[in-house]
Amino acid sequence: MPDLAVNFAGIASPNPFWLASAPPTNCGEQVMRAFDAGWGGAVWKTIGEQVTNTASRYSSIDWNGQRMMGLNNIELISDRPLDVNLCEIAEVKKRYPKNAVIASLMVESKREAWHRIVVQAEDAGADGLELNFGCPHGMSERGMGSAVGQVPEYTEMITSWAKEKARTPVIVKLTPNISDIRVIARAAKRGGADAVSAINTINSITGIDLDTFTPRPNVDGKSTHGGYCGPAVKPIALNMVQQVTSDPKAALPISGIGGVSTWRDAAEFFLLGCGTVQVCTAVMHYGYRIVEDMIDGLEDWMREKGFATIEDFRGLTLPHVTEWKHLNLNYKIVAHIDEAKCIGCDLCYIACWDGAHQCIHRDRVTGPVDGPVELHTVPASIEAATRATIAVTPIPRLDAHTRDGSKDKTPVERIPRVDETECVGCNLCALVCPVDECITMVEVPTGLPSETWEERARSKECAPPAMHG
Amino acid sequence: MREQHPIIAERFPDLHPPFAAQAATVEANRCLNCFDAPCTAACPTHIDVPKFIKKIASGNLGGSARTILDANVLGASCSRVCPVDVLCEGACVMHRYNKQPIEIARLQRFAMDGFHALGGRLPKKFEDSRPGHIACIGAGPASLACAAELAQQGFGVTVFERRPLPGGLNTYGVAEYKLPAWASLREIELIEDLGVEFQFGAEIDAEKLAEIEREFDLVFIGVGLGAGHGLKIPGGDHSGVVDALEFIAAYKTAKITSTNGKVAVIGAGNTAIDAANAALRLGAAEVSIVYRRKRENMSAFGFEYEHAKQEGVRFLWQTLPVRVITDGGMLEFMECTRVDDAVLPVAGSEFLLPCDLIITAVGQSPLLDLLEELKGVTLEKGRVVIERRTGRTTNPRYFAGGDCVNGGREVVDAVADGKRAAIAMTRHFEATYA
Ligand SMILES: Cc1cc2nc3c(=O)[nH]c(=O)nc-3n(C[C@H](O)[C@H](O)[C@H](O)COP(=O)(O)OP(=O)(O)OC[C@H]3O[C@@H](n4cnc5c(N)ncnc54)[C@H](O)[C@@H]3O)c2cc1C
Ligand SMILES: Cc1cc2nc3c(=O)[nH]c(=O)nc-3n(C[C@H](O)[C@H](O)[C@H](O)COP(=O)(O)O)c2cc1C
Ligand code: SF4
Ligand code: SF4
Ligand code: SF4
Repeated sequence: MPDLAVNFAGIASPNPFWLASAPPTNCGEQVMRAFDAGWGGAVWKTIGEQVTNTASRYSSIDWNGQRMMGLNNIELISDRPLDVNLCEIAEVKKRYPKNAVIASLMVESKREAWHRIVVQAEDAGADGLELNFGCPHGMSERGMGSAVGQVPEYTEMITSWAKEKARTPVIVKLTPNISDIRVIARAAKRGGADAVSAINTINSITGIDLDTFTPRPNVDGKSTHGGYCGPAVKPIALNMVQQVTSDPKAALPISGIGGVSTWRDAAEFFLLGCGTVQVCTAVMHYGYRIVEDMIDGLEDWMREKGFATIEDFRGLTLPHVTEWKHLNLNYKIVAHIDEAKCIGCDLCYIACWDGAHQCIHRDRVTGPVDGPVELHTVPASIEAATRATIAVTPIPRLDAHTRDGSKDKTPVERIPRVDETECVGCNLCALVCPVDECITMVEVPTGLPSETWEERARSKECAPPAMHG
Repeated sequence: MREQHPIIAERFPDLHPPFAAQAATVEANRCLNCFDAPCTAACPTHIDVPKFIKKIASGNLGGSARTILDANVLGASCSRVCPVDVLCEGACVMHRYNKQPIEIARLQRFAMDGFHALGGRLPKKFEDSRPGHIACIGAGPASLACAAELAQQGFGVTVFERRPLPGGLNTYGVAEYKLPAWASLREIELIEDLGVEFQFGAEIDAEKLAEIEREFDLVFIGVGLGAGHGLKIPGGDHSGVVDALEFIAAYKTAKITSTNGKVAVIGAGNTAIDAANAALRLGAAEVSIVYRRKRENMSAFGFEYEHAKQEGVRFLWQTLPVRVITDGGMLEFMECTRVDDAVLPVAGSEFLLPCDLIITAVGQSPLLDLLEELKGVTLEKGRVVIERRTGRTTNPRYFAGGDCVNGGREVVDAVADGKRAAIAMTRHFEATYA
């Protein structure tokens, strides 16, 4: 039975699934219900000086009928009194001593202010502190949140102020709204941070109401940029996590945040080196109950792979991530269509023609043909040929032979053919194919030794100049 | 007719109820947007199915309807009456994906209902009017599609129809739970709106034909098929023996709103099934379909057969009517005999089937009286011979399409024929007056 318990930078947690600092961790009653549901830890909704929030606050991106692919918010930090939050932190810790409670903090950039809040949070019983240097809207206009997290010097300075008083581990939450996240992570490390968490939300305007011309969310006819999160941001978060974990000057224990919705997403963050993951949007969408499958699914996968603890696979992906210049230019793969699986949608055909390298063809024929088969027909002529056909309703009495029974079988002329000599192995067709495992990319041995761009460039430098004449 | 009789409305509710807006979006999103989509290829009018479906998904309902109408001017009725199992939906790749084809017809109806609700009008394809006058004989789907396209192209069209209302079998024949007559008529109003002239009560015979020949440049024949073959057995001329088409037209026009007692329907095509289902819905106690061959030989679509079973229709296979037995002028029994695979009576298998009404649905005969008057137009087995791509008959001034050409297929086939003929006529005029 795999053991999901983790020790993250000194913070013990029954499992690596934490709630991110956000509405799901607004109050003690919520956090206790979350722990009952199985969450290992919770980063309290950022506390500091009480604020007033707007109505409305959120907007989202739907995609092909799926709700909340991405969520955007213009919410500030906790709008509840500080002492109430502190009291409730104490209450939760008393009742749930085994779960991790991390206090997320944000106060004005004054040393005393940070000292005071650190002491208050730890006195309340917090197991650790997360410094919110990431909030991209509102708070940043008052010199807090990402206004701090975007300037390495401020990050380092405020981290060190917190560390001056802190008795528990200090986690610095990084903003993605910066050109190189490593610079800020290094600053946090220099400031003495025990860990980092990444990412906070990404600056965004999610959409515009086409009737009122107002962006969403609408606050009395106006809007402002917000912070973007949810499934859409996961790739960005994974990349930033990888950048931090691969940088020796930045590397610290890292809590992965951004678009985690399932155990699969979580496993990916662990494979890139994260010790815990934090979740917000998925819980805002479906509730605390989603943690059950996160635990169950991850345990199953770990059993299958023979991993006993998170440490057993944490960071395993890192050696596989490198820079472009180290990739083997002599590696060749080509697309292969499994004809038994192909349903004949011809999406790979049009994708390769219009979006790749014109090497998937619709030139297969069933029976004998009059004259030569036209090879490499362009999409428009295929469509025109179809429009020119005369189709009639097959009626049982007259055309019993035509269709029945063929619904399950893809007509061969609809199964595309890959011209392997032209295929550049880009993956696009495999990505658009709706059927699992139908298009696979198959390695073609080139007989050539591995050669990277860097190596090729170097050998060119050494090569004698070309001879003319 | 423009409003459904309340009893008919109650007994013939939509077989495939319309999508609610949210459900339509979900379904539209499910479509894969195939390239050179097989659903489009299977549609006789080649409606660009993924194009209109994805317009529903993007919230461009007007564009969706325009896409449908551009290919098929009777897109609304087709969305309700097409046997999609053997057409677009039968060809959908989803059969091989998760076995759930996209509900193309219901999406098409959704787009068309939206179009009608917003008072949409058919667009012109050629702004000005051009020289060229065409007469369309019959106001069924074939002629309507032909007339609409020609009017859109700027030509003058007159439609001659012997009945009081247009639509042909779309108005008078198709099962009311698929397409109520009012919905057929609503769609045709848009064709009238294009400037097509309709003359009703205008039965075309040899004499009128001569007039038309003088007044019009080209003629389109879209007269469909004629009455059903009668019941040629002793007693078959009894007044309790009715033709399925008459029976169906009578209830669709609310001339009858109920059927009593036991009903025997002879034949096992789609028409027989429509008549049997209608008789049950109108209150018949028992309805039996009597067919001389076996189930696998029936000409009805498989899904129509399944539907009839659900409605509660009984099927008597390999059964042949022998004579009609009356009592005091009232229908009493139909004597039947069992037959073998060669349709030869099995001795001693005779039995009496009690019935109060006999409906015959054993195929329609061609309208030879008119067709044989068409000079230079070749017929084959009573069907007008045409060149498939242009609809042109062997007399270059005559074009034809629909049931009178194909011997009786579906509405969408008639529409495709009519449109092809109109396009060929347009080319003809463009060449003539260029
Ligand atoms: C009972 C029944 C149910 C059906 N159900 C379906 C269904 O669910 N789905 C489907 O797709 N198809 C269905 N069909 C088939 C479909 O109705 C026909 O294929 C389609 O209507 C053919 O169109 P058309 O224009 O060729 O002929 P019709 O619809 O028959 O129209 C021909 C018109 O010409 C008129 N006419 C005839 N002779 C003359 C004349 N001499 N002068 C003036 N006018 C004349 C007629 O009155 C009629 O209005 C059904 C058919 C029947 C009989
Ligand atoms: C409504 C809302 C409020 C948030 N408030 C805070 C906050 O007070 N402090 C903080 O550090 N992060 C805050 N966040 C950011 C989240 O903690 C988290 O970093 C982010 O949502 C990414 O994770 P996710 O993709 O799982 O949502 C907030 C996010 C949302 C959606
Ligand atoms: S891998 Fe790229 S180039 Fe090769 S067939 Fe697929 S889409 Fe075309
Ligand atoms: S995308 Fe996949 S299923 Fe579709 S045609 Fe290509 S190989 Fe077949
Ligand atoms: S075949 Fe099915 S999935 Fe493909 S475009 Fe047509 S309706 Fe959509």
